[in-house]
Amino acid sequence: MSTATTAGARAHARAQGGTVVECMPTVPAGEGLSWDETVPGGGYASKRLARGTTLRLTDLHGDACVSVLLFNADEPWERLNVADTVKVLWQAYVGEGHLLLSDQGRVLASVTAGAPDRSDTFCGTSTLASNTGRYGGGAPHTATPAGRELFVLAAAKHGLTRRDLPPSISFFQGVRVGDDGAFTWLGSAGPGATVELRAELPLIVLLANVPHPLDPREAYTCTPVRVQARPGAPTAPTDALWSRSPEGERALLNTADYLTARGIA
Amino acid sequence: MTVTAAPAPAAGRIVLDETVAARAPWSAVVRRGQVLTIVDLHGNQAVDCLLYNAGDTAERYSAPDTIAAQGGIFLTTGSVLRSNEGRALMTVVGDEVGRHDTVGGACSRESNTLRYGQHTKHQHACVENFLIEGARWGLGKRDLVSNINWYMNVPVDPDGSLGIVDGISAPGLRVAVRAEMDVLVLVSNCPQINNPCNGFDPTPVRMIVTEE
Repeated sequence: MSTATTAGARAHARAQGGTVVECMPTVPAGEGLSWDETVPGGGYASKRLARGTTLRLTDLHGDACVSVLLFNADEPWERLNVADTVKVLWQAYVGEGHLLLSDQGRVLASVTAGAPDRSDTFCGTSTLASNTGRYGGGAPHTATPAGRELFVLAAAKHGLTRRDLPPSISFFQGVRVGDDGAFTWLGSAGPGATVELRAELPLIVLLANVPHPLDPREAYTCTPVRVQARPGAPTAPTDALWSRSPEGERALLNTADYLTARGIA
Repeated sequence: MTVTAAPAPAAGRIVLDETVAARAPWSAVVRRGQVLTIVDLHGNQAVDCLLYNAGDTAERYSAPDTIAAQGGIFLTTGSVLRSNEGRALMTVVGDEVGRHDTVGGACSRESNTLRYGQHTKHQHACVENFLIEGARWGLGKRDLVSNINWYMNVPVDPDGSLGIVDGISAPGLRVAVRAEMDVLVLVSNCPQINNPCNGFDPTPVRMIVTEE
């Protein structure tokens, strides 16, 4: 097909429509979903999600590692605070029942599914420098993009900059800490593992799917993750999760207090 | 109370020697090659600390990059304190305590309401110190990230339980860090009174900067 003319170029461009690949968004999303996208290894994605939405991540082939950053969509300077998330709840290994806390003493999201030995709150994600050292490159245009570089891009889509990127949490590849403080990398649970996060505030969600910083494999190894969001209800006082710990209950109460004052409870 | 008039463990000329009052913030630019020595004057006083590239404060201390690169969570002699770009900001060149925390973050009025109850909302906190001292350098809330807690003891149990427990420091113990680039050091001399990070009694610390 000649692209020497505008008519030819237009026909050539339009002939590409309808192509299906593994890693792409489905638009419109399927029945009951507000987001349906498969993100490649070395890829990123972002979305604004309504309060109550459940975000489901599925490790399709067993080598996904999804670093997550969350922001209050209305006031994005309120964002995920990993230190508070582990300290306030007295638990470093994040799985089902954990609350992902902001720096304002509120809950950004609750973890409604996920294995605590397949997440990491310590190591963050990779950088241009670390990937260049490990794989020979880390820029987004290379075959070995670094997580932080992808977060810079994802953040920019929401008007956010390098200053807005705190330490992230990651899912699917587990890390353990020994008595001496040393890390042990556990790897993944294999294909089909899922994590679900329920938005307790209106959220901006940034996802970067890149190898874990401690992944010992020589080759840059990361496989696609399926991302599906389903609108629903946030955690209610009648849910078991609401009163699972006194600290968590106060965080949910602070969140409700904020939303009530804001007029969107 | 014991006060140890400790000399800086690093050799060289003293370019700064200041005492930070209990509960107070502090900051200074430490030039490349200079050594900052922190003295825990009365023992078990958490010193919350953030580092910024003085020439580009969007590059700042990164707890995850620091601990991932060294393969473990505790900071001690030899630990390279890395930025969010993976570069060395400072290196721990002396440590009389043995280990320091960088997982537990800073206390805040907001997190205090979760950890201890709403009655603590109007107590002073490290984030307040970071915000007021950071504002002097044009830094704001977006610039605060997971920090270093010198002298704070945060073990992780085999089941993942983690918490601030009694400290292992003592009066006069020092930690020294060498700047690998010009670094803005932002400190909160932790005012927390609800957990053992300050032995339930915030006390002053001493900051000494030396150069060859």
